[in-house]
Amino acid sequence: MALELYKEKWSGEVEIVNIGDKKRVCVGGQTTLPFLFEEGGFPCRPVIALEVWDIPPLDWSDNLVTALGDAIKDPLRWAKEAENLSIDLLCLRLYGIHPEGLNRSTEEVINIVKDISEEVSLPLIIIGCGDDSKDSLVLHEVSEAMKGKQLLIGEVTQSNYKTLAVSCLADGHNIIAQSPLDINIAKQLNILISEMGLPLNRIVINPTTGGLGYGLEYTYSIMERARLAALSGDRMLGCPFICFVGRESWRAKEAKAKFSEYADWGDEYKRGVIWEAATSCGLLQAGADILVMRHPEAIKIVKEYIEDLTKEE
Amino acid sequence: MAISGLEIYKLLPKANCRQCGYSTCLAFALQLAKRETQLDKCPHVSEEAKKILTESSLPPIRLITLSRDKTQLEIGNETVLFRHEEKFHHPAGVGIILEDDLTEDEFIKKVSQINKLRFERIGQILDLNLIALRQKQKDPKIYLDRLDFILENSLLIPILMTEDKTLLSKARDLCKDSQVLVYCADINNYQDMVNLAKEKNFILVVKAGNLDELTTLISKINLEGFEDLILDVGEKPLRNKIWDFTQIRRQSLKKKNRILGYPLLGIVENTHPYQQILEAITLMAKYANIVLLGGTEPWQMLALLTFRQSLYADPQKPLQVESKDYPVGSVTDKSPVLVTTNFSLTFYTVLPEIEASKIPSYLISVDTEGMSVLTSWAAEKFTPEKITETIRKCRIEEKVSHRSLIIPGYVAVMKADLEEKSGWQVIVGPREAAGIPRFLKNLS
Repeated sequence: MALELYKEKWSGEVEIVNIGDKKRVCVGGQTTLPFLFEEGGFPCRPVIALEVWDIPPLDWSDNLVTALGDAIKDPLRWAKEAENLSIDLLCLRLYGIHPEGLNRSTEEVINIVKDISEEVSLPLIIIGCGDDSKDSLVLHEVSEAMKGKQLLIGEVTQSNYKTLAVSCLADGHNIIAQSPLDINIAKQLNILISEMGLPLNRIVINPTTGGLGYGLEYTYSIMERARLAALSGDRMLGCPFICFVGRESWRAKEAKAKFSEYADWGDEYKRGVIWEAATSCGLLQAGADILVMRHPEAIKIVKEYIEDLTKEE
Repeated sequence: MAISGLEIYKLLPKANCRQCGYSTCLAFALQLAKRETQLDKCPHVSEEAKKILTESSLPPIRLITLSRDKTQLEIGNETVLFRHEEKFHHPAGVGIILEDDLTEDEFIKKVSQINKLRFERIGQILDLNLIALRQKQKDPKIYLDRLDFILENSLLIPILMTEDKTLLSKARDLCKDSQVLVYCADINNYQDMVNLAKEKNFILVVKAGNLDELTTLISKINLEGFEDLILDVGEKPLRNKIWDFTQIRRQSLKKKNRILGYPLLGIVENTHPYQQILEAITLMAKYANIVLLGGTEPWQMLALLTFRQSLYADPQKPLQVESKDYPVGSVTDKSPVLVTTNFSLTFYTVLPEIEASKIPSYLISVDTEGMSVLTSWAAEKFTPEKITETIRKCRIEEKVSHRSLIIPGYVAVMKADLEEKSGWQVIVGPREAAGIPRFLKNLS
């Protein structure tokens, strides 16, 4: 008995955002929901970025620190070693500029970014430290110094998008628009940024990531709603998603608790790895385009998973 | 799919005889549409109308109940394709597949591992539901011995995976009153399997490699008068399973196609310990009502069951914790006192950070109706009055000798007001939970 299939005829699609100059990565472009190849097109597969800090992270779990080794003491080395992992991009987080921390100067940071950009061929994502005024000062300069490199820079919110949007427009970069698990704010922010002249194909949405067991389902449903709206023709929500899964999953107690304290939860190393991989997997099924990850083994597993789902038949 | 009140009205006698208890047929029809009353209250309804209305009131996806002793697993009867549209109603059953060719020692070890797979998260118990015994060797006695061992040593609901009908019949009898699942009927054996299912009373998995064949097979089984089915689309790459499952769910909900209106079984054959879990999560996200896998490691199951808990959480009704004081670590009368909301996510974000600080503290959750700190503050559910009321209610002043209260950094503005209302000194804590360990260490 031949079954008459139910195929959606979507009127919208996701924008394609290009990141990088030497080695270029494209994200987005879907014309249907995640991995429904029978129904629509997927010009770009989901990609993975390794999260690298400009200063050695102090509070990362032993599991992560051991896996990454001494490289985390030097951003350039960390970034270079990343090329051995099967990743698509580098995500450099500039915690060193934080006024309450190292308070690194703009010049110092620009040197770090330039060194990495020269020595490593992967496309770059640059993220500030979270302090609004310092970020807008430094990111503006980084943007200018890296003119034409088609970085992905962030993050901006409704209250501070203007300066960075202007820089990205002038210097040919892409921007990360962050909204607090709120589809209306996500849309509003995209409208505001595109009104400044930065086209939608240069905006990536950070819907705010929840780790597995710590709000993943909120991110999941916000992404599904936004993607359904985009496919139904709402262009202002038709931007790819970036999810900071490394940061969120490694905050989870389940990812970092010691075996000695939680023997019932099983192997400590594998538990951490699966927490990051499972968070990634869940969000991929809701439409994630860029995963920013931390653990080399979790990256390897998720990469295999993506390849398995997207390989040509 | 529901039928409207007016459509029902057209099928009624329209005599307004009031024997149903309603003043008009229209009023009765409207109540029927809301499922507030039953059609059999109408003595004059025609057979044809009865047939149409009974069919339209069936859920688009059949509810199947598996059981063993007092444990029940209800699956199916889902109403939406996306959780935000309403919610996913019946959490997917999770089960382990054991093969009967394991040595006795290995088998016993596995069952004891499985029995330990039980966790508590956000005040809920996360556990497995099912244990499947798959026949891999030929001796029926060994299969039955293994099954007997499972029934003696595990409380999970059994799934019998064998197509040997004589063996199946004996195995089914061993399970006594349990409502078990049998794997599986296909195009070659379905007549015998259906007859046995009717005779012995079990739920049957029906398997076909593509949706056309599956549709044909289910139609044939339905003609035999059997409907206690769960569907399997066979072994194939994960992306094809995603498509088949999505298609089946859409057929039921969007096209009201009853033939495919049964729960779905997702079997993870992948033996890689990490990929197994990713595949299980994927199948669960994409509509599997039962997920079976081979892995029995606690770290695997903790991740998978946590995902199930998240996916099936009600998006409209946030999980909440009880409003009270929670001692964290070995508290004394010198321990700091922190307040937060009763929104589970907030509470369980703050709690591990206090634990991480290794400084024993009291954490008080205020009933904010499941809202986060900023939302509840804006909605006036997290106010100086409310906090004062809560700290008095839990008599924290009898448990600590100091009078200092730590509030989330986001509500720093209420400091003065709260000090006045509560009589406690208020210390403004960090904005983000992640800042708590450092904050508590600096405090002492």
